Amino acid sequence: MTSPLQQKIKITGASIVTANRTGDGVVIYRTADKSWSSRIADASVVHNADEARALLSEAVADDVGAIGAYIAPVEVIEGKIEPGNLREHIRSEGLTIELLPVPA
Amino acid sequence: MYAYDEIDRTLVNERVSEFRDQVQRRLSGELTEDEFKSLRLMNGVYLQLHAYMLRVAIPYGTLSSPQLRKLAHVARRYDRGYGHFTTRQNIQYNWIKLSELPDALEDLAAVGIHGMQTSGNCIRNITTDQWAGVAPGEIEDPRIWAEILRQYSTLHPEFSFLPRKFKIAITASDHDRAAIKIHDIGLRIRKNEQGETGFEVLVGGGLGRTPFIGKTIKQFVVHRDILSYVEAILRVYNQYGRRDNIYKARIKILVHELGIEKFAQEVEDEWLQMRDGVLALDDAVVEDIRSRFSYPAYQKLSDNPDEMKAASADPRFAMWLGNSVAPHRVTGYSIVTLSLKPVGMPPGDATAEQMDAIADLADKYSSGEIRVGHEQNLALPNVAKRDLPALWRALDKIGVATPNVNLITDIIACPGLDYCSLANARSIPIAQELTKRFADPDLANMIGKLHINISGCINACGHHHVGHIGILGVEKNNEEFYQITIGGRADEQAEMGTLIGPAVPYADVADVVEDIVEAYLALRARPDETFVETVKRLGVTPFKERVYATR
Ligand code: HEM
Ligand code: SF4
Repeated sequence: MTSPLQQKIKITGASIVTANRTGDGVVIYRTADKSWSSRIADASVVHNADEARALLSEAVADDVGAIGAYIAPVEVIEGKIEPGNLREHIRSEGLTIELLPVPA
Repeated sequence: MYAYDEIDRTLVNERVSEFRDQVQRRLSGELTEDEFKSLRLMNGVYLQLHAYMLRVAIPYGTLSSPQLRKLAHVARRYDRGYGHFTTRQNIQYNWIKLSELPDALEDLAAVGIHGMQTSGNCIRNITTDQWAGVAPGEIEDPRIWAEILRQYSTLHPEFSFLPRKFKIAITASDHDRAAIKIHDIGLRIRKNEQGETGFEVLVGGGLGRTPFIGKTIKQFVVHRDILSYVEAILRVYNQYGRRDNIYKARIKILVHELGIEKFAQEVEDEWLQMRDGVLALDDAVVEDIRSRFSYPAYQKLSDNPDEMKAASADPRFAMWLGNSVAPHRVTGYSIVTLSLKPVGMPPGDATAEQMDAIADLADKYSSGEIRVGHEQNLALPNVAKRDLPALWRALDKIGVATPNVNLITDIIACPGLDYCSLANARSIPIAQELTKRFADPDLANMIGKLHINISGCINACGHHHVGHIGILGVEKNNEEFYQITIGGRADEQAEMGTLIGPAVPYADVADVVEDIVEAYLALRARPDETFVETVKRLGVTPFKERVYATR
């Protein structure tokens, strides 16, 4: 598999780095303090390819903590980080569908 | 039911402890994800958008009640209380933690089930007719052959690293419920002129990016030779199949590029050298496997018991009976389909409570056996007709008696963008909206047989190419769009659907389907001309005109 770092990085606007947590698969976001958070609000936002590459290489280096790190688009609206596409909306907010009722 | 032997139990248990060790090493950082990925995939563990996903095989779609209870237990204990039955006689769990996967697999191993060969470039779970062994007119129980092939292909060293995944399906009925024509190998059990039983062998079917209907490579292969013949196909594929391009690696591409005659000749040459070797099947081996399938001790029962006569006055019962209950090969018994397609819910999902209740009902009314079909429904294969009213009341209570089997709301849908990391667009909410639009059972019955199949990307896990109406999610400028095909079918007359025109946005899909259905109702020659028959007779143009006239 080619490492995501070997791929050409092209970003068109505000971006973040996201992955899944190794132990349980939960969606996580790379934070500015070189850690991970399950809240997109905590994500470190980058604006150009160099920053994105730096953030991604830190993320990829944490192979024990996270799996499949990649750069994803976001929109920052009045300081609030919003996922930049439907896929990321679904990852951040969960399913868009109604499920069969399951007893609590 | 089939009784597994010690070899299977040891193999499955050893695999679980091996995987437990691998997960430990992954969590401690001893194994990188690159190293671990192929190990987890060998056990059916994928990564989806929100979590890991575990895919568990249900060999030839047959489950015992203890197995179904165990599937329920895994859903409740390690997942979010539900599981998703797929088009490949598998169940998928969407929320399992990696750290808990070894425990889940150990619990499943206790009843002989596992996730091996549900992923990777090997021979996958072998699928068959969900009515195998009980369908009237069936030549013999195809599960015997699925089991022989399962034993042959399990951890087969030569075929664990094929150019690409390999799917085999078997049917023994005239009406193909196993979609054999869209599999890498399709086997149709038939009799020859001498009255011997054997197989018509089809090869090179498949969906995905480049869909093909399988072609007959050999009209008749006798029982004794089926393993050697299948192996000859696999050897030719293993040798010539493309490994340089994942999109061209399936056997269908090889068959297409070589042409079926040339491919058949290669197979024949290979086969003639080995047909009398170790793979020639001994009658005793076949009989041993046959003897491990047990059937209930059927009683002599009335085909029209008093219980049924009394209950038929209830129109809801009568509607369900007409829709979900099929004739059995034994007089006085029926095959009952349990719809996992309630209005407004994800197709194929079942909760742990439903699974437990179905297991209990199987014990009470169906000799402890449950079947899983590729249409993402379940079936109880051995129900005495006198028990149908009581069974119906119980099924209705747990929400699996929607009388929509084979109707427009019996939708096949892949997980799509709600779960799947490969998806372009969502599938499930489209299905949910359509089931609401056509929720009225009288309307659905008036429309008649109509299969809608939905995939969230070109991989076609939702069989969209062969849906009577097929819906394929694509992405355009970050928006979900859907291509609509009509006239496809997956049965013995399998055919790919034809695109009706440009893709339509998410919000329009249900309206477009309504337009297509209205056009059909206006165009059909008689009330019993089915949708696919009308499309066959008239082509796509009148439907296209109707859909795009206002768009
Ligand atoms: C994590 C989820 C899944 C992944 C990553 C996945 C991946 C794929 C891929 C890559 C293909 C294309 C293979 C090819 O063209 O060579 C495919 C085909 C297929 N998958 Fe899935 N799939 C997933 C879920 C499912 C589900 C839920 C079902 C059943 C509902 C399913 C059943 C099938 C079927 C029937 C095909 C097409 C038949 C064929 O192999 O030609 N898959 N899948
Ligand atoms: S068809 Fe595409 S979106 Fe649907 S499950 Fe398969 S890979 Fe995922």
